[in-house]
Amino acid sequence: MDYNFNFAAVWRDFDLLLVGLWLGFVLAVISIAIGCLIGLLVAFGMLSKNKAIRWTSASYVSAIRNTPILVLILFTYFALPQLGIRLGKIESFIATLSIYSGAYLTEVFRAGLVSLPTGLREAGLSIGLTEFRTKLYLTIPVMFRNVLPSLSNNFISLFKDTSLAAAIAVPELTFYARKINVESFRVIETWMVVSMLYVAACYIIAAVLRQVETRLAIPR
Amino acid sequence: MSSPILEIQNLHKRFGKFEVLKGINLTMQQGDVISLIGSSGSGKTTLLRCVNFLEDYEVGLVAVAGEQIGYVEKNGKRTRLSEKKIARQRAMTGMAFQHFNLFPHMTAIRNVMLGLIKTRGMSKDEARSVAEKWLERVGMLDRRDHFPGQLSGGQQQRVAIARAIAMNPQLMLFDEVTSALDPELVNEVLEVILDLAKDGMTMLLVTHEMQFAHDVSNKVIFMHDGKIGEEGPPKQLFKKPKSDRLATFLKNSKF
Ligand SMILES: Nc1ncnc2c1ncn2[C@@H]1O[C@H](COP(=O)(O)OP(=O)(O)O)[C@@H](O)[C@H]1O
Ligand SMILES: [Mg+2]
Repeated sequence: MDYNFNFAAVWRDFDLLLVGLWLGFVLAVISIAIGCLIGLLVAFGMLSKNKAIRWTSASYVSAIRNTPILVLILFTYFALPQLGIRLGKIESFIATLSIYSGAYLTEVFRAGLVSLPTGLREAGLSIGLTEFRTKLYLTIPVMFRNVLPSLSNNFISLFKDTSLAAAIAVPELTFYARKINVESFRVIETWMVVSMLYVAACYIIAAVLRQVETRLAIPR
Repeated sequence: MSSPILEIQNLHKRFGKFEVLKGINLTMQQGDVISLIGSSGSGKTTLLRCVNFLEDYEVGLVAVAGEQIGYVEKNGKRTRLSEKKIARQRAMTGMAFQHFNLFPHMTAIRNVMLGLIKTRGMSKDEARSVAEKWLERVGMLDRRDHFPGQLSGGQQQRVAIARAIAMNPQLMLFDEVTSALDPELVNEVLEVILDLAKDGMTMLLVTHEMQFAHDVSNKVIFMHDGKIGEEGPPKQLFKKPKSDRLATFLKNSKF
């Protein structure tokens, strides 16, 4: 095989690739933040005494988890406008990714909540905190710290999933890669560089998150 | 005469079909120290938990400082109080648990300060100085910035007691606070409780430490099968048990 590598076209637009990478990161951060709120709410819904709330919560989780994310992205962007809900590309993608991560985080938070010792809540109640404040100051913070490692994993998955935004022309890394690819025909070079950018970014994110995990971990 | 600190009348509690408390009557005056003894499953913990409404109850009355806990009676009908009111009532009593139940993500002093700030409405500075005072009292001031996971069981329990007592409750509830401790750590916790008793704190405590129950209380209650089997001053109860059941229980407890 004698293929002549030529990265010139890729390097010329390397700044575009970095801009795209950054956008993907920002999209992932915003989506996981909203996803955490959704996940927390629905996790409490799953543990509610009210059967209708439990059922609604469980339905949301299984509906989302059993739909491919690409289908969700396309549905939100192309089908919702037909129903009168018009969102921009980026807003539409953030909405999809938030709802998607919300379903996965629901499971993470639900498991985190049920594994807490009951004594934590009771100790809070016994000093006169209301149920709400007990959740706010005790159960949620402790659960959150306990599930940080799975939260990190979820974030990295989510970051990689931002590449699917290219399907609706959100200008993130994969989108620009396709553009360079089409304009330069440097297929191997483009996708090699892009893959390495994703790997490097994930590696750095994982390292930073590990630091965060150690700093937030409950001291023992 | 002022109302008793704790008044329990004909208290019944069931878990599903299973009746755990079968008509308990108990009155505590200011400064009383009452020990609950009895074999496992006799309902001691449940009785304590009804007092601060961690368990609700179907029949009877629990009143702290003259105020019925958890319910309001109107025209012979009982309605559960609002969550806010129940929370306020819970703060009238302090509770120390068998497994300490400290807040694992907060330092010792933060554990004590939380209720002072959120329930008692103190400023941070005020709360800190009250917390320091009580941590000092239980001999834990030098560990104020340690997290529960960095403390021994005995130390955790002393912080937990400080957390409860700093709230200035009318009544302290202790549920087997030394049962989860290694034997060599039991005394440091019992000494703290003894110290509080000498100070006039009203206390209702469940314990398996018979010598301690004998020394600290002015009344001992032997629970059996959800009822009060026998009660009286410690000397009488420990030295001259009336029932065979209590005699057997005491023999098995190596008193
Ligand atoms: N939440 C609960 N649900 C069902 N049964 C319970 C519950 N808590 C306690 N019990 C039962 O009530 C009885 C009394 O328990 P408890 O008050 O803990 O006894 P003790 O503290 O004297 O050992 C036991 O038989 C126990 O199994
Ligand atoms: Mg018990």
